[in-house]
Amino acid sequence: MLKLFYGKIQALRGVSLDVYEGEIVTLIGANGAGKSTLMMTICGDPRASSGQIIYKGEDITHVPTHEIMRRDIAQSPEGRRIFPRMTVQENLLMGAAVTDQTHLEEDFARVFELFPRLKERREQRGGTLSGGEQQMLAIGRALMARPKLLLLDEPSLGLAPLVVKQIFDVIKELNEKEGLTVFLVEQNAYHALKLAHKGHVVVNGAITMSGTGKELLAKEEVRAAYLEGGAH
Amino acid sequence: MSSQVSSGAGLSPAMMAKDLLVAGILAAAIFGTTLGFKTETAVGGLSLEYKMGLAASSIAIVVVGRLLLWLTLWRKGPGTGSASSVADSVFNGVVSLFEGRTKILGIAALLFALVFPFLPFADRYWIDLAILILTYIMLGWGLNIVVGLAGLLDLGYVAFYAIGAYSYALLAHYFGFSFWMCLPLAGILAAFWGIILGFPVLRLRGDYLAIVTLAFGEIIRVVLLNWYQFTGGPDGLSGIPRPTFFGLPFKRGEGNFADVFGLDYSSIHRIIFLYFLILALALLTNFVTNRLRRLPIGRAWEALREDEIACRSLGLNTTMVKLSAFAIGAMFAGFAGSFFATRQGFISPESFTFIESALILAIVVLGGMGSQVGVVIASIALIGGFEFFREAEQFRMLIFGLAMVVIMVWKPRGLVSTRIPSIFLKEKKAVSSDMVAQGEGH
Repeated sequence: MLKLFYGKIQALRGVSLDVYEGEIVTLIGANGAGKSTLMMTICGDPRASSGQIIYKGEDITHVPTHEIMRRDIAQSPEGRRIFPRMTVQENLLMGAAVTDQTHLEEDFARVFELFPRLKERREQRGGTLSGGEQQMLAIGRALMARPKLLLLDEPSLGLAPLVVKQIFDVIKELNEKEGLTVFLVEQNAYHALKLAHKGHVVVNGAITMSGTGKELLAKEEVRAAYLEGGAH
Repeated sequence: MSSQVSSGAGLSPAMMAKDLLVAGILAAAIFGTTLGFKTETAVGGLSLEYKMGLAASSIAIVVVGRLLLWLTLWRKGPGTGSASSVADSVFNGVVSLFEGRTKILGIAALLFALVFPFLPFADRYWIDLAILILTYIMLGWGLNIVVGLAGLLDLGYVAFYAIGAYSYALLAHYFGFSFWMCLPLAGILAAFWGIILGFPVLRLRGDYLAIVTLAFGEIIRVVLLNWYQFTGGPDGLSGIPRPTFFGLPFKRGEGNFADVFGLDYSSIHRIIFLYFLILALALLTNFVTNRLRRLPIGRAWEALREDEIACRSLGLNTTMVKLSAFAIGAMFAGFAGSFFATRQGFISPESFTFIESALILAIVVLGGMGSQVGVVIASIALIGGFEFFREAEQFRMLIFGLAMVVIMVWKPRGLVSTRIPSIFLKEKKAVSSDMVAQGEGH
C-alpha cells in the first residue's frame, strides 16, 4: 500500500496495483487525483512515504532515480519535456544516454519506422515540432533506452483526436509485436480503457474501481464521471 | 517611445510634433540638470556656474536628431524601417556572408592571432591589450561550459580564477614551484574547489544557485583578504616568478632566452611569450569544450540546460552532470588564474571582485550563451571597448551599460544565437534559437 505526502498533504492514500509482463495497464482519473504522483513515485521522485515498489521481484522503493531508470524502465513524462533547442536526432540520442551505445543505428531505425514524421524532421529542433510530433519524440526518446516497461504520462494531453489515435495505435503495436509492458496514466479515459488490458480509477489518491478495460468502459459510474461530455 | 517608433508609418505632423516635444522635455530634464549646472571651487567654498548653452545645444541635438530619424529611417513603415531592423539586416548580412565559411574564417582568425605580435603596429601596448582580451576569451569559454552549456547561472566564477592565481603564487612562494609545475596544479585545485562548492549547492536551481555562487565568490575573496599570515591579505603577494621558456628565463645575460637563441635582449620577448602562452591556453579551452560537446557528457550538459526533469526521467545522474560542468569550468578558470599571476607578478584580492564575475558573465551572455564565437566577439567588443573609451573615464560604465541594454533589446539571445547540433547527417548546420523558448520543456 503506497502512501505519499507532499508536506502535510496526503497525495496517495494507500494505492496498490500490479502490472504484469506484457500488459497494458492504465490509470485514469481527474486532475489532482494522484495519477502523475503515482507515476513519479515509481521513478523515485518524490519518494514514497510508506509502502513498497517492487520491480522484477526487487524492492526499488529507495533506489536513486537515475538507477531506477537504468533498469529497463523508461518514461515519457507529463508535458512531453523534450529538449527544445536540440535536434530531433539529439533528443533521441539522449534517450540512449545511459544504455549501451552499440545498437544506436538499429534503435534510430526502429523509432523512425514507428514515427516516420520524426525521420523527416530529424535535423529540426525539438522546439519547432508540433505538439503531436513532440509527443512522438518523447515516446521515441523513451524507446531508445530499449525498455521492458514503458511509463507514459498523459500522452494525449492537448493533442488532436487523430494524433491521439495515431499514438495509441503505436503503443498497441509495441505491446502486441514486442510484448512491451506499458503503464499508462491518462485523462482520456475512452482511448486508454479501450487500449488497456487492465484499468484502475483513481479518486483523491485512492483506487476506487479496477477491472479490465472493457469492464470499466461499460460501468455506469465510469461513463458518468469520465466519458460523458465526450472525451473521444 | 518605442511603440511609436515601430508604428511610424504615416505619422501625422501633429503627432510628430508631440513626439518631438516629449523628447525635448525628457532631454531638458536630463541635460538641463546634468550639463546645465557645474560647481566650481571658489574662494571660501563652491560656486555654481551656469552652462545653459551646453545644455541647450544637447537638447537641440536630440530633437533635431529625432526629427531627422522621423524624416528618413522611420518613415518607411512599421518594422521595415526602424533603426533596430536596419541594424538587424546589416548584422544578418554580415553573418550570412560568413555562414558556411566558419571554418575558413576560424583559420583566418587563428592565423591572424599567430602573426599578430610580429605585425609592424603591434607594440607593447597592443600586445598587452591582446593578452588581456585573450584572458577574458579564455575565462568566457570556461564559464560558457557552466552557464552556456549546462545552464547553471554562476555569479562567483571569479573565485576559481582567484584560486588559480593564489595557488600558483602561494606554491611558488612557499615551495618554490615553477610556473609549469603549478599550471596543472592550479587547474586541479580550482576544479577541486568547484566540486566542494558544487556538492552542497547543486540541489538548488536558477536564482537560488546564482545567489549561493555569488556568496561563494565573496567568501573566497574575504578569506584571501583576511588570512593575513598566509596570503598577505590586502597587501597581496608580490615577486611571483615570471614564466620561463621551458627553463630559460627572460633575462639579460648568458644562458637566458635571448642569449640561447642568439637574439638581442629585449623586454618584449617575455610579453610575446606570454601572448602565445595565453593563446595556447585559450585554444586548449576551446578545443576541449568543442570535443566535450560531442561526447555524451557534453550532450548531457545541454540537455540539463534544456530540461532537468527530462534528464532525470532518462536516467541521467544530474548531480554528476552538474558537478562535472562545474569542475571543468573551474579548472579552466584555474589555468587562467595562474597565467594571470605569472603575468602580473603581483596579485591581491582587489583583482577578484564581483565586477570581474559580472564582466565574464556579460561576455558569455552578450556573445550568446553556448556560442564559442560569440564569446570571442563579445570579449573583443567589451575589453577592446573599455580601452577605446579610456579617455571618457567617467562615462565609460554609462556607455557600457547603455550598449548592453541596446544589444539585449536588439538581440535578446546574444550576438550569436545559433547553435550547431553536435550530431548531424551530412553537414553541420547552425540552427537559430530565436523561435524557441529558452529552457522551456514544452
